Amino acid sequence: MYVAVKGGETAIDNAHKLLADRRRGNRDVADLGLDQIMEQLSLAVDRVMSEGALYDRELAALAIKQARGDLIEAIFLARAYRTTLPRFGYTQPVDTGRMQVERRISACFKDLPGGQLLGPTFDYTHRLLDPALAGGAAPETPEVRDPDGAPMMRVSDFLGQEGLLEPAPDAADKPVPDDIARNPMSYPMDRDARLQALARGDEGFLLSMGYSTQRGYARSHPFAGEIRIGEVELEIAVPELDFAAPLGRIQVTECQMVNQFQGSAKAPPQFTRGYGLVFGQAERKSMAMALVDRALRATELGEDLTAPAQDEEFVIAHSDNVQATGFVEHLKLPHYVDFQSELNLVRRMRAEVEARTETHQEAAE
Amino acid sequence: MAVLARAEGKQLRELWGGLGIDPAFEMVRGPETGLATVRGRISGDGAPFNFGDVTVTRASVRLQDGAVGHAYRLGRDQGAARLCAVIDALADDAAMAATIDSRLVEPLREALAARDRQRQAETAATKVDFFTLVRGED
Repeated sequence: MYVAVKGGETAIDNAHKLLADRRRGNRDVADLGLDQIMEQLSLAVDRVMSEGALYDRELAALAIKQARGDLIEAIFLARAYRTTLPRFGYTQPVDTGRMQVERRISACFKDLPGGQLLGPTFDYTHRLLDPALAGGAAPETPEVRDPDGAPMMRVSDFLGQEGLLEPAPDAADKPVPDDIARNPMSYPMDRDARLQALARGDEGFLLSMGYSTQRGYARSHPFAGEIRIGEVELEIAVPELDFAAPLGRIQVTECQMVNQFQGSAKAPPQFTRGYGLVFGQAERKSMAMALVDRALRATELGEDLTAPAQDEEFVIAHSDNVQATGFVEHLKLPHYVDFQSELNLVRRMRAEVEARTETHQEAAE
Repeated sequence: MAVLARAEGKQLRELWGGLGIDPAFEMVRGPETGLATVRGRISGDGAPFNFGDVTVTRASVRLQDGAVGHAYRLGRDQGAARLCAVIDALADDAAMAATIDSRLVEPLREALAARDRQRQAETAATKVDFFTLVRGED
């Protein structure tokens, strides 16, 4: 018999009221402003923008505040908000070669044109907690130096000149990319659709998958060919204007991973590439994305499929933390009837086992 | 349009207020906020892929003399988008365009350029100067 039940409305209302109270915390402590989150927790904002697939610093800061700092919850809020807005169109592809660079490094070439620019990095810090920061000490003013104006050539450009590096996929082969935000995903996917999924993928998941390739599961000898962080211009073609409308700039992180490749029947030995592009300053994620992108090209490059990171459906289908959290967390919703039926089933099975055991014992006696 | 799109809302309003222009206009569209899907290129220079969305606000206005102006800006500042559309429409008139250029666009452009120069100089200070260690031979 199925019995519909209802209830909990008051409990839910009160729980949400309690949530609002706990989110605010001790009223003697100043309320957190969105400007403080945007300015001082900017990498959390970047993560919410990247995995929420929505670049808007203020909205991401609001999501973080509303989610009490739970970034996956904040990402969920950002994704939900996204669905309420109309879509005006697609921008022209960003030109990361013309980026206003804030950081640019290469692990392949020491003396690359434009140089190694460390920018605001955690690298080379000692990872010691700083009590002065707890006390609110004001930082020193950054040093300045005249930029030498040297062009920031891509590492891939001069490796490509010698033919040692595979060329990028030709835009003429697929001028209009797939859009997983509009069309359901299906496997196998093209690389453009995979990159869209990876760009919004969970940083932790991609980090682990990328790490697994380094530990020997689909090993491909990667080098960080180039990582650059900075602002790129956005433009959008619209019918009312006879030129592409400039929208402004966004900050992105780009990683070009360079990987050894033995060569195949079709291609000579050369370096192949994995690519990472992420909203905001997100170096770790861009590197993980590039490693996973490269691992997922195994079929295209004729490599043996031996490892989880090469399994497109496994990686892509489990990379989205909003989907993942939805399915994992739904387990806490009422399953009372499901569980009743399971309970009855287990009781019946036990009764059958007990009956068999008794019959067996009687026979033995 | 590029300068107006990037201009910080507060500075834009201040400079506009200083111009003392207040034309009558009607909204043709918006201001409305929506999304644009940002495209990147595989490996930076290859085939395009869709990468993520940005919030964009757009507005179109018509002045009483019939001049039409359009604006697109990142973010959700609808007042700024409407103002940019009005400025765009006003710039149809050559004399007005010169005023707007010198008293509004130029200061905005300079503010944006100053920010870029400051950032570039700060970044340049983090450039690595490699030097070779001489191995002791004695």
